[in-house]
Amino acid sequence: MGRYVVRRLLQMVPVFVGATLLIFLMVNVMGDPIAGLCGERQCDAATAAQLRSEFGLDQPLWQQYATYMGNVFTGDFGTAFNGQPVTELMAAAFPVTVRLTIVAILFELVVGISLGVLTGLSRGRPVDTGVLLLTLVVISVPTFVTGLVLQLLLGVEWGWIKPSVSPQAPFDELIVPGLVLASVSLAYVTRLTRTSIAENRRSDYVRTAVAKGLPRRRVVVRHLLRTSLIPVVTFIGTDIGALMGGAIVTERIFNIHGVGFQLYQGILRQNTQTVVGFVTVLVLVFLVANLLVDLLYAVLDPRIRYA
Amino acid sequence: MRGFTHTRWLTGAAAVVLMATGCGGGASGAADGGMLTSSWGDPQNPLEPANTNEVQGGKVLDMVFRGLKRYDPRTGEAQNMLARSIDTTDSRHYTVRLRDGWTFSNGEKVTARSFTDAWNYGASLRNKQKNAYFFGYIEGYDQVHPEMGGQHADTLSGLKVVDDHTFTVTLNQKFSGFPDTLGYAAFAPLPRAFFTDHAGWLKTPVGNGPYAIESYTKGSQMTLRKWNGYPGGDKALNDGVILKVYTDSNTAYTDLMAGNLDLADDIPAAQLKNVRTDLGDRYINTPAGIIQTLAFPYYDQRWNRPGMEKVRTGLSMAINRDQITKTIFQRTRTPATDWTSPVLGADGGFKAGLCGRACTYDPAAAKRLVRQGGGIPGGSLRLTYNADTGSHRDWIDAVCNSINHALGDDNACVGNPVGTFADFRNQMAQHKMSGPFRAGWQMDYPLIQNFLQPLYFTGASSNDGQWTNSEFDELVDRANAETDPAKSVATFQQAEEVVRDNMAAIPLWYQNGNAGYSQRLTGVALNPFSVPVYNEIKVS
Repeated sequence: MGRYVVRRLLQMVPVFVGATLLIFLMVNVMGDPIAGLCGERQCDAATAAQLRSEFGLDQPLWQQYATYMGNVFTGDFGTAFNGQPVTELMAAAFPVTVRLTIVAILFELVVGISLGVLTGLSRGRPVDTGVLLLTLVVISVPTFVTGLVLQLLLGVEWGWIKPSVSPQAPFDELIVPGLVLASVSLAYVTRLTRTSIAENRRSDYVRTAVAKGLPRRRVVVRHLLRTSLIPVVTFIGTDIGALMGGAIVTERIFNIHGVGFQLYQGILRQNTQTVVGFVTVLVLVFLVANLLVDLLYAVLDPRIRYA
Repeated sequence: MRGFTHTRWLTGAAAVVLMATGCGGGASGAADGGMLTSSWGDPQNPLEPANTNEVQGGKVLDMVFRGLKRYDPRTGEAQNMLARSIDTTDSRHYTVRLRDGWTFSNGEKVTARSFTDAWNYGASLRNKQKNAYFFGYIEGYDQVHPEMGGQHADTLSGLKVVDDHTFTVTLNQKFSGFPDTLGYAAFAPLPRAFFTDHAGWLKTPVGNGPYAIESYTKGSQMTLRKWNGYPGGDKALNDGVILKVYTDSNTAYTDLMAGNLDLADDIPAAQLKNVRTDLGDRYINTPAGIIQTLAFPYYDQRWNRPGMEKVRTGLSMAINRDQITKTIFQRTRTPATDWTSPVLGADGGFKAGLCGRACTYDPAAAKRLVRQGGGIPGGSLRLTYNADTGSHRDWIDAVCNSINHALGDDNACVGNPVGTFADFRNQMAQHKMSGPFRAGWQMDYPLIQNFLQPLYFTGASSNDGQWTNSEFDELVDRANAETDPAKSVATFQQAEEVVRDNMAAIPLWYQNGNAGYSQRLTGVALNPFSVPVYNEIKVS
């Protein structure tokens, strides 16, 4: 197990370097970011040159990347165009998005898995068909539609929530945005759990457990659910990264100043430092989440053993 | 910040359980007492007067600073503010005398040095200020801000402090409009703290205006309180303003509808249809000093050969401005009939109808002129624009439809979107435009000079199409040297006629400022820069 973890950690290094290099190249291909800084007019050449050297944009790309990576390892993610250190932007944005992600994941875990177990155990009954139809609707409606409709109904028409989230973004204000963010994944979690449960229900070990006379509750939770959760955990694990990076739409609708907002601003302003910095952290989140998922397999299913 | 968030998570986790029933707390009032909340966008640059060149940062500077002059919020006329007098005999040497009794909100006196230090800082190449070129008229600018290489001097030789309340300005050319430019934020005075503790000053800028900044969370919110010691006549009539950053103007509008926001000064295009029924007379739609045009790449020989002015004029006549401003913009734009803006007023140089027939929709004449001029280069027009902000795509498509319809050719015109504004500016700077491109102009100060010189003068800062015409240049130089304002304006209008006869750029429409506000507010108005006049707003 220990060797497996070390090997996985080592594998992360090339993935990390490759991913950041790709992002670095992509943002740079878009051209000179200084051009957009002076509004509807051209920056005068002298000022532009000064700005370019301030942000290191006058150096060859490979050197920019090397400098950047060197700085990253000392914890310096550079400066955004508005003069703020990127780490400051991260300190403001990540806690907000992490909270939003936690809310979304909680929805997926609690609501998604419960519904999945419920429908998986009662296949073909009205409850099953109803939930299946509902998830189909949720999957097919784009997030921004769900978000805007909920915002309009709950925020403006009924006045239950504030349509926008305050800068502090406490958990209670993030419930509706979290639900919107989770909605599509939630539907997938439900369907995955349902299929998995329905399949494993007929397996030998479940039959054995039932034959031993174990209480139904114990059979479902300890035997059936545990193995059935493997595909679900894989999905949720990768979803953590996807939720954090993909919250742009949800964050825009509810005016949440999180990672999505910073990334969006960074891309609009072609701010290499911001975009690469945030993506770097997101890549790390992905990698760690994937590692955790793989480790969880062993916990969930004792049949899976690692060298 | 970090410690604070950790405790929040814990309490928040409990809250999730408690709030799982779905109640998110009632929509309470937007702000306390006499404070109002207003929508805001994240400023692109650090908030320094000479470094702020967009509306969102300008909004704050307008509340926190007062300069030598101030533009009347209604007429746009430049009036003395801190200046007692700005005298000249030759339009080149100016003597500025300051009023007594002005201080910054930290108690420091505003003196002649507050201005000269600020201007020297703004002009200096070392400080990388994006508005540095505003000081380009002052003698010695080429020393502190040379086009190439390092700077040779630290201060502008044209600025001299005479005493605490007097300084002189020498320009490197005659410019009779110079005093009227001094209301622009770049010319604001700066306190000593700006220079001694720059980082600290940037965290909470200190100025001399009717408001003082109480707190500033970058990217989220700024709280401005009325400054009770403000000596000017335009004191704030409310207790303060909370500027909230919105990433999407739609959310700001939704918040306004839900009573969560008092003032939204950017009504999203999608809501323009409903805004009158939603807000009634709490919706403002007033002219602003903004004009949209289509510019041409004159560096491309195909667009610069003789006879092309006929094609350009023909294209102008192929655009149904009236219909587009009505259907796409819901009358928040006015079809343009000259190259300036109505906010200048007739005395300031706005001349309705100067464009004449060339700006009137006439498909038959359009088709004829384009044919006479030798047709569209390459057979098809590609209108380049940035698709990231605004609703540029909508109107570009409409303009193309109009041109295609008028010319009877479905392939005459297509839109050519560019992903980001930076890339759009990039292609422009590298002279890569293959056809006409979007060119918006928001005035810096309400002078006819500002609508013509930066855009059409040879080599000027915003002459992105590289149009050049010696007759125009000569007229502009003459107008700038003219000491009589009326004669100066008349000469500028002559120059504008040269722009028209060559159709240097196609004027499309004048843009209005849009805003909506809650029932708590009265006295809301937008100034000619489409920024709310915050100090005149009353909160009930």
